[in-house]
Amino acid sequence: MTTTAASADRRRLVGVYSDIVRTFARNNAWTLGLLAFLAVLLVFTKYVNQNYSLTSLANSATSVLPLALAAVAQAVAVIAGGIDLSVSSQMALTSCVAATLMASNPGDATAVAIVLLVLLLGLLLGAINGALVVLTRVPDIIVTLATYFVWAGFALLVRPAPGGSAAVWLKDLVVGSLGIAVLPKAAIVLVIIVGVIWIPLSRSRFGLSLYALGSNRLAAFRSGVPINRTKVLSYMITGLMAAFAGLSLTASTGIGSPVPEPTYVLISIGAVVLGGVSLAGGIGGVFGPIVAVIVLQLIRDDMTFMRVDSNYGLVAQGFILIGVLMVGSFLQMRRSRR
Amino acid sequence: VTAATNTARDRSWLRPAAWRNLLRDYPLIPLTVLLVLLVVVVELARPGTVNAGWASNAVRQAAVLAILAGCQTLTMLTGGIDLSVSYVASMSGFVTATFVHQPGGWVLGVGVALAAAALAGLVNGIGSGVFRVHPLIMTLGMGLIVFGFSNVWQLKSVQTGSGVPTELRTIGSGLTLDWIPNDLLVFVPVAIVLILLLRRTGYGRMLYAIGDNPVAARLSGVRSWQVLVVLYVISAMLAATAGLVQSGLSNTASVTLVSPYLLPSVAAAVIGGTSILGGRGGYSGTIVGALILTVLGGFLSIVLPEPWRQIVFGSIVVLVAAAYTRVTAES
Repeated sequence: MTTTAASADRRRLVGVYSDIVRTFARNNAWTLGLLAFLAVLLVFTKYVNQNYSLTSLANSATSVLPLALAAVAQAVAVIAGGIDLSVSSQMALTSCVAATLMASNPGDATAVAIVLLVLLLGLLLGAINGALVVLTRVPDIIVTLATYFVWAGFALLVRPAPGGSAAVWLKDLVVGSLGIAVLPKAAIVLVIIVGVIWIPLSRSRFGLSLYALGSNRLAAFRSGVPINRTKVLSYMITGLMAAFAGLSLTASTGIGSPVPEPTYVLISIGAVVLGGVSLAGGIGGVFGPIVAVIVLQLIRDDMTFMRVDSNYGLVAQGFILIGVLMVGSFLQMRRSRR
Repeated sequence: VTAATNTARDRSWLRPAAWRNLLRDYPLIPLTVLLVLLVVVVELARPGTVNAGWASNAVRQAAVLAILAGCQTLTMLTGGIDLSVSYVASMSGFVTATFVHQPGGWVLGVGVALAAAALAGLVNGIGSGVFRVHPLIMTLGMGLIVFGFSNVWQLKSVQTGSGVPTELRTIGSGLTLDWIPNDLLVFVPVAIVLILLLRRTGYGRMLYAIGDNPVAARLSGVRSWQVLVVLYVISAMLAATAGLVQSGLSNTASVTLVSPYLLPSVAAAVIGGTSILGGRGGYSGTIVGALILTVLGGFLSIVLPEPWRQIVFGSIVVLVAAAYTRVTAES
């Protein structure tokens, strides 16, 4: 008797666990698929380049960090139902301000103040973007298209030519590895930034409002979500993340460059979508986009290892972007039709 | 009673609502007023600037922007956007230039360029029409692919050399009777065809229908995917044409030649009154929008240094779009 009861209990428990696993798998199917793709890609990389190891992966972390942060910034805006085309020029502006101030005010303590100031600047830029969207009721894509020019103009005012410098500790923060070679500092920085800012926010009441606003604006409004405030806050977080991205650019290159890298916007939007965030808003997270950035970078690296003209890397990135999306939306269409 | 009604009718134009309706129904009027104001400001700031030569130069440059903005107008009407236009346009000008010293000459080059553009547009159309990938991301990815292939082509064609064919230079930068730009020869037919397409044909109606309410359009028997595939091919061909004209205008051919025009092309369509959400707008407004942006850009480049030019440009785009939204808001 008791044994059967115990085994029934155990069976029920296993059932609960398998339910949890199944739900988790269903909710994160896209990200898990992307991780599987990343794994296949890593095996492929090892195949084309026998010398490839975890150390090589760690080494590219420093150069991937700005792009990963840009993707996180873009993801926040897209989840809230918007889009931010001005991410790359926000990065250019914050990077220029940081590099210029650090060149004229050397010293570790002042550098800390400068970093805080630049982060505040990011919040301000985002707040202006968000306020414009809310006040003018112009579609997000147009507002941020216009502010793209404005921030880029200010970046040129701050630094007519690339230059400036970065504090030593800031460089140390993102370059190299911690202890064992497979743990790049850049990855730790990324985890800390996302862990300290995004995860608590997304779990909070505000996070719920953010997803509600993105998935259905009218329903969110009727449920009492302060939609205007949520919108402005979403762009402020995007601005903050863009400021982090700008700082990481300054840290990894040691200078500030006033001309926004045009591919940053394209790749950030691409990575966001590839990472399972719906462009319609309300679906996705920031983990997927980060994995997507790594996938896109790895594809370019593979091209280099295979001694293929690096321009084919661009072509391959485009094809992967399009191909994955076509397959993804095709599967989604079939599922919704059933 | 009649007297009272008459006075009421006489004063009706004083009401803001009447003005708003006028602006909403005839966006060309405020746009033209804005353009004229801008020209007056240019003349006041730099007396003697505005003359026939200045005007023909402005029109010549605006034509390229207007063709590219045509791509955005058509795709935005269906609720889409085409961000691959600048890459397709640059590719078309560049590929044509590389064929100049080859057997077959520039004519073959134009053929190859248009074929490549049509292929890119076809993929765009299949992706967004059949597979329902968001056009923003679809055309973005296509842009990257075209740009990558253009770069590859550039490396392959280094030995053969390149040059903008004389014929394209004549069309792009030549003047007839001293002040009529030759590129109107390309632009005017394009404009007429686009305006007629949107106003007089069933295909044009279908574009508006898909943008206004995709479900209603489908239930009314519109096969959206066919409409969209054709649309993106048209858009890519227009972009390729603009690229040919631009390479003739600037007498250069590079794989990034038209890149600076991408965001202004979207801005021109928006300023011209086409809604990025779909279903509302037209090409005539876009033409005036392109003229406004060209005059503004030229003026700012004279009076302001580069950083401030970008700042003012961005601010004006926001302001005009905001004014538009305020006026045309459903209330």
